[in-house]
Amino acid sequence: MTVRAWDEELALARIRELESLPGAMLAILNALQDEFGYIDDAAVPLIADALNLSRAEVVGVAYFYHDYRHAPPGRHVLKVCRAEACQAMGSESLVDYLQTRLGVPMGETTIDGSITLENVYCLGNCALSPAVMLDGDLHGLVSHEAADRLVHEARRNGA
Amino acid sequence: MTRVFVPIDAAALSVGAGRVAEAIEREAKSRGADVTLVRNGTRGMLWLEPLVEIETSGGRVAYGPVNPEDVPSLFDAGFLEGQAHALSLGATEQIPFFKAQERLTFARCGITDPLSLDDYASNDGFAGLKRALTMEPAAIVEEVFKSGLRGRGGAGFPTGIKWRTVLNETADQKYIVCNADEGDSGTYADRMLIEGDPFVLIEGMIIAGLAVGATQGFVYLRSEYPHAYRTLRRAIELAREAGYLGSSVLGSGKAFDMDVRLGAGAYICGEETSLLESLEGKKGVIRYKPPLPAIAGLFGKPTVVNNVLSLATVPIIMSKGAQFYADFGMGRSRGTMPFQLAGNIKQGGLFEKAFGITLRQAIYDFGGGTATGRPLRAVQVGGPLGAYFPDSLLDTALDYEAFAAQKGLLGHGGIVVFDDSVDMAKQARFAMAFCAHESCGKCTPCRIGSTRGVEVIDKIINDEDRKDNLELLDDLCELMEGASLCLLGGLTPYPVQSAVRFFPEDFDKAAPVQQAHNH
Repeated sequence: MTVRAWDEELALARIRELESLPGAMLAILNALQDEFGYIDDAAVPLIADALNLSRAEVVGVAYFYHDYRHAPPGRHVLKVCRAEACQAMGSESLVDYLQTRLGVPMGETTIDGSITLENVYCLGNCALSPAVMLDGDLHGLVSHEAADRLVHEARRNGA
Repeated sequence: MTRVFVPIDAAALSVGAGRVAEAIEREAKSRGADVTLVRNGTRGMLWLEPLVEIETSGGRVAYGPVNPEDVPSLFDAGFLEGQAHALSLGATEQIPFFKAQERLTFARCGITDPLSLDDYASNDGFAGLKRALTMEPAAIVEEVFKSGLRGRGGAGFPTGIKWRTVLNETADQKYIVCNADEGDSGTYADRMLIEGDPFVLIEGMIIAGLAVGATQGFVYLRSEYPHAYRTLRRAIELAREAGYLGSSVLGSGKAFDMDVRLGAGAYICGEETSLLESLEGKKGVIRYKPPLPAIAGLFGKPTVVNNVLSLATVPIIMSKGAQFYADFGMGRSRGTMPFQLAGNIKQGGLFEKAFGITLRQAIYDFGGGTATGRPLRAVQVGGPLGAYFPDSLLDTALDYEAFAAQKGLLGHGGIVVFDDSVDMAKQARFAMAFCAHESCGKCTPCRIGSTRGVEVIDKIINDEDRKDNLELLDDLCELMEGASLCLLGGLTPYPVQSAVRFFPEDFDKAAPVQQAHNH
């Protein structure tokens, strides 16, 4: 996952590209999160200005949706599915394992800044449970050992 | 030249299809073999992925599940000529799981290159659109109505009636909105179709636009599906370049264009009014109904909101006729349904079948029982709001009414199997916790009720006034079911109460020892 540090000029450029879309708010927030890995507080007035909305409306949307982060994530984001189909194949045990292994609870980033662990409710890979998504790549039938390998490779690449 | 098919579907990629494709290309190159690699959608037999197919004079033959390390031995065995190998599965369409299906909506999925307009057109693609272009809007609506097609998202509302309502509205702008916010655990049909045959959805949306007089369409796709997003965006561009989308669809003088928008991880946005709010760039808070979206929908305009599978079924109805489609199915559930086997299942995957087979046939004849080999204990059909059924209800027919009669729901056709290691009190607690996590907060029964529900179930698990708390839980469920504004709060009682009703022993155990960290 390659994200950049917050950059107001870049953020404004992305907002300009999208502001004329009907109902542009989510498209803008998604683009900013793609770019920076989170929604910086400084983006709020820029979006409010562009869409002629109050800052409160922008904050309301940015905090309603589970996807949006409000602080930079680690270099890699590992989303672990915790919905029923994955539960039926041991996802809760996988979650326990990863939390212990990485030394952080779900929703947080390892101390070396390499991995952010996140919950997700269904990745649409329910026949090959348990499933995880690492930086946008889907993985199925994820055993504890397979999860170890993914974490190891992620840390090696661009740690 | 031999055509070799390796799926590009996200599920296939999740178990290594990308590395298998690379290995085949590498091996072919080093051996000087004349191979054309096609990245198709998946056939839906996901337990066999990565499923590699070879086109032979006698049809396509399959090998799977293939690991990259198997590739040299496949070449050695002569798999390019369809020769035998330990991973041979024979002719793909003779595999029992595949052969027993009636694939209408998924007719092309897994066969074609998803982004090839030529493949699409040469496999009956756009035949429905071409017919629709010769018809009056009301006649198209009537055809869809007569087919008996009902909303495949879960509610099962007749698609033709929805379309008729929008057709009869007068407005300067109308919209077609495709609900691709497939959030139910155990479902992946929308994802598989968009990744495997995106043009059929595009064709269905164009026909819907022609039928009701809408010129703009939006697909609202969940953010958890990045592969589907990339495929659909590209497919829309290709369709536009080829003149299927734009100011004059195939030169007809009728306009229709469409766009795909991503959600942001909110389950509630699968509810149609919440989805519309989200498309408008707002919080996904549900709207009061009436007015129905068909009258005042996206940006206040008359809007058809249909699920991916509903829209993607329209082309075959238009090309083969309403009666052809209506001849499948049972009772008031006409046509076919793509069912998705998930969770603890030996042969997980999607099969499309006319309504009416039983849940037991789905799980055992198609699915082969549990993956772990342990006894099946519970099945949840219809996503996180669907009831948990015990073995004694497995002979229920997969049909909207038959499920409703058992206080269950067919929903979007997801079937999640659990073996005997499941703790149903935990599953009931999860149902309430999920509702609390995903509630949009607009109505009290859902917003507060779900949190109180988690607390009451915790007390039951911990054996605090268990009998009274079970009564309280029942009372709470009745309130949530009757008084919630939408089906999130309204149906969360289904998994909770079915767990209590059918698996009471799980709510009657000794209190667990408290742990230091109780997640």
